[in-house]
Amino acid sequence: MAKPAASARKRSVQQANRRDEVTGTDFVGHEWDGIEELNTPLPRWWLWALYISIAWGVVYVVLYPAWPMLHSATSGTLGWTSRGQLAAEMDAEAARRAPMVRALAAVDLNALPANRELMQFAVAGGAAAFRANCVQCHGSGATGTPGYANLRDDDWLWGGDMNAIHFTITNGIRNPDHPQTRMSLMPAFGRDGILTAQQIDDVVSHVRVISGQERASASAARGAVLFAENCAVCHGPTGAGMRTVGAPRLTDRIWLYGGDRATLTTSIANSRRAVMPAWGGRLDPVTINMLTAYVHSLGGGEAAPAPAAPAAAPATNAPSNTP
Amino acid sequence: MNGVLNRAGIFIVATMVAVLAAMNATDWGFAVHMMIVAAAATLAMAWTLTRTDYAGIATGILPTSDPSLYDDDPVRWGVLATVIWGVAGLAAGLFIALQLAFPVLNLGIEYTSFGRLRPLHTSGVIFAFGGNILIASSLYVVQRTCRARLAFPSLARFVFWGYQLFLVLAASGYLMGITQSREYAEPEWYVDIWLTIVWVAYLTVYIGTIMRRREPHIYVANWFYLSFILTIAMLHIVNNLAIPVSIFGSKSYSLFAGVQDALTQWWYGHNAVAFFLTTPFLAMMYYFVPKQAQRPVYSYRLSIIHFWSLIFIYIWAGPHHLHYTALPDWAQTLGMVFSIILWMPSWGGMINGLMTLNGAWDKIRTDPIIRMMVIAMAFYGMATFEGPMLSIKAVNSLSHYTDWTIGHVHAGALGWNGMISFAAIYYLAPRLWGRQRLYSLRMVNWHFWLATLGIVFYAAAMWVAGIMQGLMWREYGADGYLVYSFAETVAAMHPMYVLRALGGGMYLTGFFILVYNVWMTIKGRERAEAPMSETPHNAAADRPLPHSA
Repeated sequence: MAKPAASARKRSVQQANRRDEVTGTDFVGHEWDGIEELNTPLPRWWLWALYISIAWGVVYVVLYPAWPMLHSATSGTLGWTSRGQLAAEMDAEAARRAPMVRALAAVDLNALPANRELMQFAVAGGAAAFRANCVQCHGSGATGTPGYANLRDDDWLWGGDMNAIHFTITNGIRNPDHPQTRMSLMPAFGRDGILTAQQIDDVVSHVRVISGQERASASAARGAVLFAENCAVCHGPTGAGMRTVGAPRLTDRIWLYGGDRATLTTSIANSRRAVMPAWGGRLDPVTINMLTAYVHSLGGGEAAPAPAAPAAAPATNAPSNTP
Repeated sequence: MNGVLNRAGIFIVATMVAVLAAMNATDWGFAVHMMIVAAAATLAMAWTLTRTDYAGIATGILPTSDPSLYDDDPVRWGVLATVIWGVAGLAAGLFIALQLAFPVLNLGIEYTSFGRLRPLHTSGVIFAFGGNILIASSLYVVQRTCRARLAFPSLARFVFWGYQLFLVLAASGYLMGITQSREYAEPEWYVDIWLTIVWVAYLTVYIGTIMRRREPHIYVANWFYLSFILTIAMLHIVNNLAIPVSIFGSKSYSLFAGVQDALTQWWYGHNAVAFFLTTPFLAMMYYFVPKQAQRPVYSYRLSIIHFWSLIFIYIWAGPHHLHYTALPDWAQTLGMVFSIILWMPSWGGMINGLMTLNGAWDKIRTDPIIRMMVIAMAFYGMATFEGPMLSIKAVNSLSHYTDWTIGHVHAGALGWNGMISFAAIYYLAPRLWGRQRLYSLRMVNWHFWLATLGIVFYAAAMWVAGIMQGLMWREYGADGYLVYSFAETVAAMHPMYVLRALGGGMYLTGFFILVYNVWMTIKGRERAEAPMSETPHNAAADRPLPHSA
């Protein structure tokens, strides 16, 4: 290949309109640093594709808003706007959801699971709201992170029936700006000098014994006495917890912060006072109902308690669900 | 002698001004930058004073550079700088790719966080690697296609060193958190002013050389280089119009606000793609492809038509970066329409490059450098089809803000800009250092395959990740509510992020082979290996300068 090209270049000095032997195309006649150019016409398909794209562009700018004028732009013969498109799509979705939303606004939450179609809708909407508002703390799978409750188990701090969940979401936990909020403050036994470091160590041993993590020991026996004096008032004599004050059950292996010695020691010495926002003023009532249904559906939702049960106290204090 | 003293004096004054600015600095980043400037000026002064031939000045016999040879020193430095910055830019890219897959690699300190390292990567590959090979190759090509030496030799040297100072200030600024937060225009006001000075000097050298040409016509590569230099100057100045908070501080505020600011930024951003990553690389194509293939350019007419249509239409396409935003609908429409009309003008360059191989197609099989050029043009064609497609509003509503965009950019950057630059470096290295051939053509082949497979991994992973992410974001359940949270889309993309890093790692490995190959070529070694046919360096085929210069 190199030889004919080289000989062609030599001839370039002599004659102007030479022909490239390989392609059968004329040279233009210029040459720079050994580079020459052929006089090939524009490829037809290329030229027609360019013309067609220009023609398409002309049509498009007539149909759609395109040319800026003195005061406003041409609006296009189709009357299309991006805001209009968004509004139309949102309105269509809102109209599609409207019957269900109306039903959810008036629903008795305790009866909701029985209405399967409405419950399914509420869970889908609640899941969407959860992903926007709740995943930051509770995780995208709602399995929680240390300090933020796992919502998929049946171990509830403040109650797991519909009304209790609804109350928690609406009013939050230890929310300083909200009088209705769920409130309880565990003493900082170490920091406030209620118990000595040795005593806290003994209580930790006891808690690890009743949660099935350690065998009985002298330390745990001493801790049992301290537990009865200091902790049982909220966590119960057996450590079963108390929902009226959000005191966790200590006899299972489910921990909010952790059940190892170091974490338990920190929890008892310094106390933990986790805060959850009150969503009542931020989300509309239907969305809160949906969130309630979603959280209730995650696996641990409880049936409405019998009126006599003491654990249902906060739920009975809850305001009516119907907005 | 006066010249030496004047230059040393300028450098002393520059040092003192920089030290004064550092002492008055209102923030420590500005102080560090001014100390870097002072150190650079001091180094330049020391260099000027120690490297001067005083005996020559005293006796009046100064060594003059051979006027029958092209002035290739800045080109050689430029190729070296390209290789060095290339390692830094590509390594930074691999590191931030790994950070996205494994966030622990942010290391918990601000200097190594993704937000600061990302502009280091983008500027490192675009402006440091790309900018250096563009300046170097343009100074090489303009001399040969004009048969003229560089017009202002000292100014050309100032361009090279001034540009390196700009790169150092930009890169160190990113790490210290100095940024305008404008994509691809992150450096702050004083660095922008410095780049403007360097760029005007570059334009002067370039136009001066063209004006001294001994050819009747200006070769097409020079049209493309010139459009790059001129338009980048305009884009850079307009987009960086800003008011500094203090003359001794790094912070400034843009002259524009709101949607005007956004549109100015993307008018700049898209035309950085056009006039930094497209036209000057097409210029490289128009010189190195016919030289390497030893074939005439396919069509002179096509080069005229596609050049003018490309630069006329490209400049309007920026608004497609702002689809479905506060940008008025009419501007979005025009951005999309011009982007689609841009398809054929873009492909004109690819056709002209590929069809130049008419009569030399067999070299794809035998010459790994030709193979790199062909894959570069193929990726150019693919990326310039994908670009107009992504500018269509319906497609854009799915692709925008996803990693599809990242895949698109890298198909263009790794495939087109990278490969054509590697080919140019392989072409230039033996010729600039006067060697018979490259150290190893087989290594070029290895580089080719590592880079190509790396791009395939990268682009495929980003297509999958981006389209999946876009579909997950918009997925509506049967009940009329969104199905996925943002964090779930991130988790779903993790395997693709790992694959992307693998592709980037292969690309970087290929580049290390280039570094070794170029280094051994400069040292004059030739690897004993089974021969592959490459176009040999035939000095007689190049047009030398006339001796009566």
